[in-house]
Amino acid sequence: MKFCNNNYIAKVILSLCLLFASVSLLKADEGKSEEKGAFDLKEMLFSHVLDSYDWHLFTVGGHHYSIPLPVIVRSPERGWFVFSSSRLAHGENYEGFQIAHDGTYKGKIVELSAVGEQNRPLDLSLTKNAASICFASLLLIVLLVSLASGYKKDPFTPRRGFAGSVEMLTLSILNDVIKPCVGSEYRRFAPYLLTAFFFIFFNNLLGLIPIVPGGANVTGNISITFVLALFTFVITNFFGSKEYWKEIFWPDVPLWLKAPLPIMPFIELLGIFTKPFALMIRLFANMLAGHIVILVLVGLIFIFSIMIGPVVAAGVSVVSVAFSIFMLLLDVLISFIQAYVFTMLSSIFIGMGRIQHHASH
Amino acid sequence: MELFTPDIGLICWMIIPFGVVFFILAKFAWPAIIKGVDKRAAFIDESLKAAQEANDRLAGIKEESEKILVQAREEQLQILKNGADMREQMIKDAKQQAAVEADKLIEEARMAIQKEKEDAIRDVRAQVAELSINIAEKVLRKNLEKKEAQMELVNKLIDEAQKN
Repeated sequence: MKFCNNNYIAKVILSLCLLFASVSLLKADEGKSEEKGAFDLKEMLFSHVLDSYDWHLFTVGGHHYSIPLPVIVRSPERGWFVFSSSRLAHGENYEGFQIAHDGTYKGKIVELSAVGEQNRPLDLSLTKNAASICFASLLLIVLLVSLASGYKKDPFTPRRGFAGSVEMLTLSILNDVIKPCVGSEYRRFAPYLLTAFFFIFFNNLLGLIPIVPGGANVTGNISITFVLALFTFVITNFFGSKEYWKEIFWPDVPLWLKAPLPIMPFIELLGIFTKPFALMIRLFANMLAGHIVILVLVGLIFIFSIMIGPVVAAGVSVVSVAFSIFMLLLDVLISFIQAYVFTMLSSIFIGMGRIQHHASH
Repeated sequence: MELFTPDIGLICWMIIPFGVVFFILAKFAWPAIIKGVDKRAAFIDESLKAAQEANDRLAGIKEESEKILVQAREEQLQILKNGADMREQMIKDAKQQAAVEADKLIEEARMAIQKEKEDAIRDVRAQVAELSINIAEKVLRKNLEKKEAQMELVNKLIDEAQKN
C-alpha cells in the first residue's frame, strides 16, 4: 500500500516536471515603471480573478513565468490570426494586435486602427479559463467514462475510493435532488443535470488549487455561468409541456389580470428569463466571492507589510494565513454547495417545465 | 465592467467543451453508471429475497425435522413399550407353562409314587400273606394234628366269614 502511494506521488511529480519542461517558460521583466515595493491589491485581485491570455505560473525575482496560450483572433478586415500569447506579453504589439492597458477593453486584445483607435476583434483565444475548462472536461471524461466501463464489466462489486465517492455523489444527486425535483421523467434529464453537477463541482475544486492546472476562476466567471444557465434555460423551455406554456400565457388568475392588459403573462414571461438569470448570478457571485476573500486575506499581509512594517506584517500573516486556510476549507464546502444548488434549481426549473396538470385541481 | 460582461470567446470555449462533455457523459458514462447501480440494487433485492426464502425454507425444514424427531421418539417409546410388554408376557407365559409342566410332573411323580407305594404295599401284603400262610400252615400243621382242633377252626372261620 505504501509502495503504491509512493509510486503514485512519484508519477504525479514526474508528470508535473514534464509539464513544466514541455511548456516554453516565458521569462519576462517586471514593468520598470512600477515602483518597487508598491502593492496594488486591486490589480492583484483582478489579475487572479479575471481571465487572461497566458497562464501565470509564478514570479521569481520580478520575473513572471507563465505558460503561453494560443491567441485566436479575427480582424474584420484582415481575417484570422493565430499566434502565441507570448508575443503580446508586456504590451507588445504583434501584427497590429495588443492587450489594452486601459479603456473599455482593458486587459483584452484590441486591434489598433490606422488612426490609433482600439477595435475589438472577434476573439476566440484559448484563454486561461478556456484551457482550464478543457482540462477539467478532459479529466471528467476520462475519469467518468473509465469508471462507467467498470460498471459494464462488473456492476455488482461495491465501489471504493474515488469510484465509490463518485457513485455516492451520483446517487445522492440522482435520488435526492433530480428524482424529487424533476418528477416521473427524471431519468431523461439526469444525464444533463449530473453532468452539470460534476462539471461545476470539478471546476470549483480545480479553481481552489493554486497551482497549474488549477487556480483559474472558471465558475466565478460570468461567461461560464451564463452558458450553464443557458443550457438549463434551453432544456427547460424546449421540453416545456403544454401546461407550462399555458401557465405562462393564460395563467389561472382573475380575468382582469390577463385580459385587456396582459399583466400576469408579462410577469410570467419575465420569469422565464429571471430564473436562469438567478442561476447564473448565484454561481458566479458565490465562487467569485470565495476567491476574492482568500486573495484579500493573503493581500492583507502585503498591505500591512508596506504600510506599517514587516514585523507587524509577520503577526498579521499568521492570522491571515489561518483565515485563508479557513476560507479555503469553507470554499471546498461552497464548491459542493453551489454545484448542488445549481443542480437542484435546474432540476426544479426543468420539473416546473414538465408540469402536467394544474396542482389546484 | 469586464467582471460582469460575458465574453463571446469564452462563451464559445465553454459551450463546446461542456457540450462535448455532456454528450460523451450522457452517452457513455451516466447510463452505464446508473444502469450498473440499478443492476446492483436489483441484485441485492433479489439476494435478500432469496435469503429470506432460504431462511423460511430452512425454518420449515427445521420444524419438519423436529416433527420427525418427535415422531421417531414416540415410535421408539412405543417399540420399547411393546418390547417390555412382550417380554413380560413371555415371562408370564413361560412361568405359567412352567407351572403347568411342573404340576404335571409333580402329579406324575405323585402318581408314580402312589403306584410304587401301592405295588410295594401289595408286595408287602403278598409277602405278609405268604408269610402268614406259611406261619399259619406251620401253626395249623401243628395245631391241626388233632381232629377237634381242626373242627373248631373250621367253625371259627365260618363264623368269621358269616360276620364278614
